[in-house]
Amino acid sequence: MAMSGRMMGGLLGGALLAVGLAQAQDDTFDEYRSMFGDDNPAIFIVDEGSELWTQARGPENVSLEQCDLGQGPGVVENVYGQLPRYFEDTDSVMDLEGRLIHCMVELQGFKREEIIEGIYSGAGDNGTEMEALVAYVADASQGSKVAVPQSHPEEKAAYKAGEALFYHRAGPYDFSCATCHRQSDKRIRLQSLPNLTEAEGARATYTTWPAYRISQGVVRTMGWRMRNCARQQRLPELQPGSEAVVDLLMYMGVNAEGGSMDAPGLKR
Amino acid sequence: MAGRMRMRARMSGDVAEVKVLMQHPMETGQRKDSEGKPIPAHYIKEVMATLGDRTVMAAQWGAAISQNPYLSFRIKDAKKGDTVKVSWTDNKGETASTEAKIG
Repeated sequence: MAMSGRMMGGLLGGALLAVGLAQAQDDTFDEYRSMFGDDNPAIFIVDEGSELWTQARGPENVSLEQCDLGQGPGVVENVYGQLPRYFEDTDSVMDLEGRLIHCMVELQGFKREEIIEGIYSGAGDNGTEMEALVAYVADASQGSKVAVPQSHPEEKAAYKAGEALFYHRAGPYDFSCATCHRQSDKRIRLQSLPNLTEAEGARATYTTWPAYRISQGVVRTMGWRMRNCARQQRLPELQPGSEAVVDLLMYMGVNAEGGSMDAPGLKR
Repeated sequence: MAGRMRMRARMSGDVAEVKVLMQHPMETGQRKDSEGKPIPAHYIKEVMATLGDRTVMAAQWGAAISQNPYLSFRIKDAKKGDTVKVSWTDNKGETASTEAKIG
């Protein structure tokens, strides 16, 4: 009996230690982040994005300055928190990455397949054009409020579809987004998991992506984050700018209403 | 991409606090790209900081320093308005520098 009592003590001690570690990991990273102050290596990538935006490029040799991200052609300021949204010219709801692909194809004459092929950095890459452009656009929205529109019927439909997808269990693990992101104060290994069904978690997430990932040395976009979530669930690869991504983003963005944009963020 | 730098310098009590962010891939030479080919080593070897014509720091760096390094250090005997200059040289002989007035 004395033996099992000690074992109980050991188990309890182990559980406490695990909780303590989760806390410690967040604290250590917060400390690390505060050492950076207002600095973030993403600023270099923002500069690259700004150049990419204004340079005449592609087969058509034009810049992206006529690209309409929702607030009129060429307007970059404060667009991030109001995407995804409905666009009349394409008669569809689009997110930032999807819209940038659209502009690069329609204005600059790039091939959609080629953009999508190299859209996110792989192992050993030092950043892609899309990552730089997204960082630039997000940076120009710093401090603005998240106000993803829900006035057009297509926007409402996207939210509904996004919500359904969020809870839809699929794949060999029978996972949904909700499996990890419907409860507060949960973690996977030592990573805190945001509860995306509530304003607090959705805001903390929506407003801090894209982000410079210190462990990878590149800016990662929300589209990349979502594709990786799908990969971890063993679901088919999420295509950038696709309906599934847009709908899920719409769900998260509307839940994040009122958050203050603070991207590019700085992540582990 | 290498070469961009951002520096801030301000008085904090009686010392000047300098923070520099440097854009550099800091490749160790041990990594492979997506096609499996080795990525050649490319890293900063030397970092120099000067206050006016006085060298206040000379650092030897290696491949263990992270990509886009962030450096913070303090300088004694500095005052507001002094100019701090920071420069680096990498293993390919490339170099970059930036300067800032202490605020």
